[in-house]
Amino acid sequence: MWTLLRNSILIFRKDFRLEFRSRFALNAIGLFAVISLSAISFSIGALRVKPPILSALLWVVIFFSAMSGLAHIFVREEEQQTADTLRLLTQPVTVFLGKWLFNVILLLALEIVIVPLFVIFLDVSGINWGTFIPVIILGSVALSTISTIIAAIIAQTSNRGALFAVLTFPLAVPVLRSAIQGSWTALEGGGLTACISDLQILFSFSVVIFTASILLFDFIWRR
Amino acid sequence: MTPTVTRITADGIYKQFHVRRVLKGISFTVEKGQSVVITGPNGSGKSTLIKILSGLLRPSKGTVQYFNGNTPRQPTELLPAIGLVSPYLQLYPDLTAKEHLEFFGKMQGISQPFQKGLQLMTQFGLKGREADFMKTYSSGMLQRMKYVLALLHQPAVLFVDEPSANLDEEGKETVYALIREYKHDHIVILATNEPQEIQLGDIRVDVTAQ
Repeated sequence: MWTLLRNSILIFRKDFRLEFRSRFALNAIGLFAVISLSAISFSIGALRVKPPILSALLWVVIFFSAMSGLAHIFVREEEQQTADTLRLLTQPVTVFLGKWLFNVILLLALEIVIVPLFVIFLDVSGINWGTFIPVIILGSVALSTISTIIAAIIAQTSNRGALFAVLTFPLAVPVLRSAIQGSWTALEGGGLTACISDLQILFSFSVVIFTASILLFDFIWRR
Repeated sequence: MTPTVTRITADGIYKQFHVRRVLKGISFTVEKGQSVVITGPNGSGKSTLIKILSGLLRPSKGTVQYFNGNTPRQPTELLPAIGLVSPYLQLYPDLTAKEHLEFFGKMQGISQPFQKGLQLMTQFGLKGREADFMKTYSSGMLQRMKYVLALLHQPAVLFVDEPSANLDEEGKETVYALIREYKHDHIVILATNEPQEIQLGDIRVDVTAQ
């Protein structure tokens, strides 16, 4: 167990170092988020947009930002032909955990930038942060978990770019629905109890996808 | 601690990619202290067989078993027992040699991997290039670095696909001397067609003759 955790963290640190040097995913996700938020702000920033629309816009930006960069974690290993090197170094579950941790932290780190920009650009007020932050965190963990396992699958294919969003979307529908609903409640100033069912769905969905991914990853990773 | 492997048995290995059958019933046994040389023309399946033996690829049919005494185990359970040098196994262009040594070494549970790796880097003529990124290494230096990383944990089984690829004469001599020395206490499996390298094997497996 200790070896598994240690090796997962080593893979995370290796990927973090590589990402810090190339900044591919960071730039892709960050630029998409900033450009799309700016475009939304130019068109509807002056209007007093209602919470249901604001909530949907926020999750559209987060979803497509994630789609633009989270696949890179596995695609880079295949494109640089380092996947076999990694296959020989450690057990598949370790690789999944390391990559999953990287994607979760990358998306959460970018949301530290995306969310304040969203609040400023769209002049959002009256948020219940005690509700909003758990929804954002659980929604992002769920989205990162789905993205990580789908990234591992599409990295083995030739038509990677198109397949990633196409395969992720059906799995992400329950996540987006609950995340939009929960954010909507938070934007209207609602408390945690008002969106507890959304939080439960996000948490349960993450656990189910994470567990299924751990069980399936060996078949995906080994050819 | 590297697991001990005293024998490898390949039994009726078949591999088919879509309709093309590459390997047709390859069988052999190799004991500790012996080396195997896999031969066959280009595209005949030498690298495929190495991948199957090392657990990187699943065979369509047949089994590969590693033994410690009479206890059989699958290659996937024995990753720490395996070292592989091959043209399709790449290093990270944006990591330095030192970072590779630390990453590989720590993953394999080696204490002070950099110090151990430094000795191997000296043996392979790479001393002084520890801080350089892999993208600045020449193809010959990369091949040498692959040997350093494959030998870092002193694997019980060393697989080498095209042992002298991209190496100069001095590099080839270093590799040949290493293989001769290494096979005394370990198992070495080579894939090559070079006459000089075929002589390094105690057992010859021709992938086209099965």
